[in-house]
Amino acid sequence: MPGRQIIMSFPVTATSHTLAEYRSRGGYGALEKALRSMKPAEVVKEVTASGLQGRGGAAFPVGRKWQVMVYDDGQPHYLIANADEGEPGTFKDRWILENNPHVLLESMLITSYALNVRNCFVYIRGEFDLPYRRLAGAVEEAYAAGFFGERILGTDFSCDIVVYRGAGAYVAGEASGLISSLEGKKSYPRNRPPRLTVRGLYQRPTVVNNVESLSNIAWIVAHGAAAYKEIGTPKSPGTRLYSVSGHVNRPGVYEAELGYPWMKFLEEDCGGIVGGRAIKCVVPGGVSSKVLTGAEIKDLALSHEALWDVGSTLGSGGMIVIAEGTCMVTLSQILMRFYHHESCGQCTPCRHGTGWLHRIMDRIVAGQGRPEDIERLYYIAKFNDGTTICGLGDAAGYAISGILDKFRDEFEYYIEHKRSRYDGNLECLRSS
Amino acid sequence: MRHLIPEFEKLRARFPAGFESSMVLPCVRRIQEDRGYVADEDISGLAAYLGVPQIQIEEVLSFYTMFRRRPIGRWHLQFCHNVSCSMNGAERILEHVQKKLGIRPGETTPDGRFTLSLVECLGSCGTAPMMMVNEGYHENLTSEAVDELLEGLK
Repeated sequence: MPGRQIIMSFPVTATSHTLAEYRSRGGYGALEKALRSMKPAEVVKEVTASGLQGRGGAAFPVGRKWQVMVYDDGQPHYLIANADEGEPGTFKDRWILENNPHVLLESMLITSYALNVRNCFVYIRGEFDLPYRRLAGAVEEAYAAGFFGERILGTDFSCDIVVYRGAGAYVAGEASGLISSLEGKKSYPRNRPPRLTVRGLYQRPTVVNNVESLSNIAWIVAHGAAAYKEIGTPKSPGTRLYSVSGHVNRPGVYEAELGYPWMKFLEEDCGGIVGGRAIKCVVPGGVSSKVLTGAEIKDLALSHEALWDVGSTLGSGGMIVIAEGTCMVTLSQILMRFYHHESCGQCTPCRHGTGWLHRIMDRIVAGQGRPEDIERLYYIAKFNDGTTICGLGDAAGYAISGILDKFRDEFEYYIEHKRSRYDGNLECLRSS
Repeated sequence: MRHLIPEFEKLRARFPAGFESSMVLPCVRRIQEDRGYVADEDISGLAAYLGVPQIQIEEVLSFYTMFRRRPIGRWHLQFCHNVSCSMNGAERILEHVQKKLGIRPGETTPDGRFTLSLVECLGSCGTAPMMMVNEGYHENLTSEAVDELLEGLK
């Protein structure tokens, strides 16, 4: 196992997701500790001191987001766990929901106590079936045990929760789009300022945190910020859950201490590359993060700062490993089709830009690419950047320009010869 | 949708006061489960019940990929063709399914048994390739596994 574990620290069995087993692992002890011996402000202070960074993609410090909330401003406050996991390559929140739903619920209760939240929500993507049933079951168990509802554990703290199911929209994973969706509308993102912590759900102060970010809170409260900071690196404390897919022998969800060596992780923990091939490149943190070549990751550690230093990001932790022999042009076509499909259509640069990117990739793959198409792809990526309300259009641009920067010759070859250098191949057969 | 109102009332009790608008998505989902799709009368009925504009419900129906205005086949096969699934043979298996059923994405078999759709990432990349059959996930697909699965869906 790659270092210490916080969220995946137990063997998964047919019953390990239940309340009884969660309690046998010490579950809800942190809630008891917070309610009985800590003031709300002390919880916020502890989480801030832990240095926990958001795990949904932006790695924004959780404590700093929380600090914007004014505890007693006389308004209702809301907390939303973002479980709209939809960044291609990412499936780690699903692991938490299926296998450790109570760690999320306990952490949400502690967070609600800290931020004076009476009503909290989990926004879960609409397609998730087992994760929803496991989470809904855990909510019922927690209500029956008195962890939700009125006067929790005999204190003055009361809290209710609603599990809200999405309906198929990538852009609902963006925090303000999520709020629009939770208000029963199409998930259009909103302009900021005002920040969601000032005006969020129904114009009230709202914290939206990723499922994995929240799931660290119980541990931080139980063991303290100092113990948390001992895990990981000074700039990236704690662990991260990685969703590993693509051409690796053992794909799946792994929890690793931040700062863990990347190649060691892929070779030892993930079983190496299919067929013993070389790594062509890796999508480090969901398809909206820039790809890194096999040579670039060779000596890198898995930490936020290490990835930022090379112009990419750990993002959502969705790691797609791509072996030599894979056609990056065909892969780019899939990505641009995806962003075009998911653009909500609210902002002109994204609505049109993603469509142009998609159509240019379609014609290149159909053997009708033009020499100027490469510069055109760059141009669209550049003018999309920063001109839209949310980051979806930017992300489409980062994805395509990131691939072009490193594999331009493959695009040139495809356009010139009207065919892929790798026969359009994306697969890496496991038997080979 | 009228017969669902007692259920909607229970749902309303779980939300804070003033959250009627939020009930659009869960109510639409329940109506679709019940009828198989969302009809004109459901839209007007739900708008009146929740006190939200009819256009809000129509926007929701056209915006989200999971909602539909027309009936589909008994078994809805939603095939992921995003990056990780494609890297693990999704196109090859999709081709196989299309040949076997004689339909293309977006179509329904003449006997009304299957509807085939293409979808983007469903968070099953580590168990790719995958498809959804109605509510359930079917992962690590092979052509043989798909054959066996489809045989069992009557």
